Amino acid sequence: MEGLTLSDAEQKYYSDLFSYCDIESTKKVVVNGRVLELFRAAQLPNDVVLQIMELCGATRLGYFGRSQFYIALKLVAVAQSGFPLRVESINTVKDLPLPRFVASKNEQESRHAASYSSDSENQGSYSGVIPPPPGRGQVKKGSVTHDTVQPRTSADAQEPASPVVSPQQSPPTSPHTWRKHSRHPSGGNSERPLAGSGPFWSPFGEAQSGSAGGDAVWSGHSPPPPQENWVSFADTPPTSTLLTMHPASVQDQTTVRTVASATTAIEIRRQSSSYDDPWKITDEQRQYYVNQFKTIQPDLNGFIPGSAAKEFFTKSKLPILELSHIWELSDFDKDGALTLDEFCAAFHLVVARKNGYDLPEKLPESLMPKLIDLEDSADVGDQPGEVGYSGSPAEAPPSKSPSMPSLNQTWPELNQSSEWETFSERSSSSQTLTQFDSNIAPADPDTAIVHPVPIRMTPSKIHMQEMELKRTGSDHTNPTSPLLVKPSDLSEENKINSSVKFASGNTVADGYSSSDSFTSDPEQIGSNVTRQRSHSGTSPDTAAPPPPPPRPQPSHSRSSSLDMNRTFAVTTGQQQTGVVAHPPAVPPRPQPSQAPGPTVHRPVDADGLMTHTSTSPQQIPEQPNFADFSQFEVFAASNVNEEQDDEAEKHPEVLPVEKASDPASSLRVAKTDSKTEEKTAATAPANVSKGTTPLAPPPKPVRRRLKSEDELRPEVDEHTQKTGVLAAVLASQPSIPRSVGKDKKAIQASIRRNKETNTVLARLNSELQQQLKDVLEERISLEVQLEQLRPFSHL
Amino acid sequence: MAVCVAVIAKENYPLYIRSTPTENELKFHYMVHTSLDVVDEKISAMGKALVDQRELYLGLLYPTEDYKVYGYVTNSKVKFVMVVDSSNTALRDNEIRSMFRKLHNSYTDVMCNPFYNPGDRIQSRAFDNMVTSMMIQVC
Repeated sequence: MEGLTLSDAEQKYYSDLFSYCDIESTKKVVVNGRVLELFRAAQLPNDVVLQIMELCGATRLGYFGRSQFYIALKLVAVAQSGFPLRVESINTVKDLPLPRFVASKNEQESRHAASYSSDSENQGSYSGVIPPPPGRGQVKKGSVTHDTVQPRTSADAQEPASPVVSPQQSPPTSPHTWRKHSRHPSGGNSERPLAGSGPFWSPFGEAQSGSAGGDAVWSGHSPPPPQENWVSFADTPPTSTLLTMHPASVQDQTTVRTVASATTAIEIRRQSSSYDDPWKITDEQRQYYVNQFKTIQPDLNGFIPGSAAKEFFTKSKLPILELSHIWELSDFDKDGALTLDEFCAAFHLVVARKNGYDLPEKLPESLMPKLIDLEDSADVGDQPGEVGYSGSPAEAPPSKSPSMPSLNQTWPELNQSSEWETFSERSSSSQTLTQFDSNIAPADPDTAIVHPVPIRMTPSKIHMQEMELKRTGSDHTNPTSPLLVKPSDLSEENKINSSVKFASGNTVADGYSSSDSFTSDPEQIGSNVTRQRSHSGTSPDTAAPPPPPPRPQPSHSRSSSLDMNRTFAVTTGQQQTGVVAHPPAVPPRPQPSQAPGPTVHRPVDADGLMTHTSTSPQQIPEQPNFADFSQFEVFAASNVNEEQDDEAEKHPEVLPVEKASDPASSLRVAKTDSKTEEKTAATAPANVSKGTTPLAPPPKPVRRRLKSEDELRPEVDEHTQKTGVLAAVLASQPSIPRSVGKDKKAIQASIRRNKETNTVLARLNSELQQQLKDVLEERISLEVQLEQLRPFSHL
Repeated sequence: MAVCVAVIAKENYPLYIRSTPTENELKFHYMVHTSLDVVDEKISAMGKALVDQRELYLGLLYPTEDYKVYGYVTNSKVKFVMVVDSSNTALRDNEIRSMFRKLHNSYTDVMCNPFYNPGDRIQSRAFDNMVTSMMIQVC
């Protein structure tokens, strides 16, 4: 293509026009639409237009590249000036006015002209051809501009500035030279690595083919320079890109920049720009990068490992330090691998650096990797775009390019924002999660998260109180609660009350009073209690634990020692024997058990004792229990029982009874004391209960005891005492109002009681055995001492 | 606020050392050098202990009248040494830990760079920026 020297104003004007025509900023493709419009606006006859097009080579190429466009514009100016259209006239015609275009766009053009004029005036760097920019389409403006231009022109003429601004042989390179000039203000045209648009395009073609070669691109130096130029060129045509390749920090304060800024402003105005990103990757570039990516990693969604990328970029002959920095910038997710976007960004930075631009401190927005979804779509869009580009360069890329920059613009923000959002989401979600979790537990009391709250199966005094409270609240009045309030006070005397309570309980059919109901319901009640407990436990928010269902004791009896039940029952019964109707119902049974207790006490039968204690939690004398127990022990140990006439003071009896090992007995007593609940009824009530026959189940153990006792100790005294106690119990029985009905429940209750008694007795047995062991050990130790002493004695 | 930050390689040569230029830096270099002995001592003391985050952070290596020296070692025996000003409101341990964590992360990023050869001096700008932010933060 013949060289075309443009004046500064021309240059600006032409580039502006080219940008205008190059709507989609394909940089080298000018769709015929706008160009034709422009030419029509030039008010030239069609044949002239055709001639122009032919001359500039557009018809040959099929599209208007920048060079062609510039030539065309020049020819238009020539034609408008009336000069014959000849190729030579491009450069030969001096003082060619800028081509006039009568079109609506001329406003901008006129503005441009004005700006150009002013700029040109300021810059005053004109080549030999300094056609004053005539007034554009609007004649008025044209005249004005013309006038303004004229003096400027002269002024400009006075300054034969280097044809820096003038396009070189190949318009494509002009921007390049522009830039080069900007970097080397004095250089002028010194650096024009490329000459001719032809070579320009060929390098690009080479680049295209070179991309297929991949490594060849880097290896050969020839391709890179064209690439550079290409790259640079590619950046400049859309006016914004002019500015793009001039990072703010870089070099230049030349006129070019101002022009570029002006054009950029225009460009922005025209394209409502999102284009003013210096680092925007053009479509050509992107396509090239993608091709390069493919050579390394066929899968566009895959990664390029760091080592491969290192090799690849090392071929660019950039210093490692800069490559390292480029990597830092482009590896957005810091994973040591490059995605397609990261790779493109890195490549772009490499190209920029090779072209002399400093690397930014942080990744420009347009180079930020897009979101993955968009990346895919973008890639997909790229593919057809690129294909279209190669096929019909005019259409596809232009259609894509407007979207691309916008995408580029938005992605970084989106990317950042999304990242930040994700971070915040993560953090917030985690926070919400934690908060949610923390809220869940209390919010849902009925969930299975019951376990954290230990349901008190074991009867604690307080628990009993609570349950009693619940129960009272649900079933009774307070009477029972105070009973429970002093569980600790339960002592042997409470046993009696409990017995009374039992009796009363029997009378009352609410399940608490009657022993049978007591025994039958305990499970349900216990479960209810537990359930309520769970509720209360899990939902601390509830105002107060639901009133314990009646019969907490059975649960206690189940779970824990029977003693507690007995104790509490005794307590409740004792404390308010008359108040509570229920307790009184129960006592009858225990009483019979209690009755034989004392009688049994005499026999001092281990089994009997245990049964006594178990069956008769309530008892008149507690100490008899102790005494019984100890006496029983004593009996077992020493077989001395006969003296135990008064069961009332078992303790004092126990003490004297003790013979072999006072400490042991005291120990036993202490143990027995500790088991007040168990031993309360102890022998006396057990004996008493034994004596009573009216109640079948309870008396069974009693009877057994009696039998055993009879078998063991045919002491008459005991019998008499038993009978006496029994009589007392029996006497007491009728006094106690009792519901004869509900035999079944009574039987069940008695069965349960017996079972409980059995368990208690078993425990007692184990404890006694333990005591026995201790005593034996002591005996052994004493014997050893004796042995030790003996030798001395011998000696 | 850190007055001096140093990254020491496994072979005990510095990969990166930088201090606020308030004083002659040589003094800080010397302090870092002397702290290496303490670091080695602590490392050997750990022995077979599990190397977790807690172990990575060595804590206060030794205090001087003006400065306190904190240490941190990575799994690859790369040590970070930080000198902080005592006159500053005593930085809490957590803050020191977080600073070391940031250092570690930035160091990891540097290592991820394929163009960085382990053993080279760290010339990453991002790393520099991070260290600068750490040295200025509590000013």
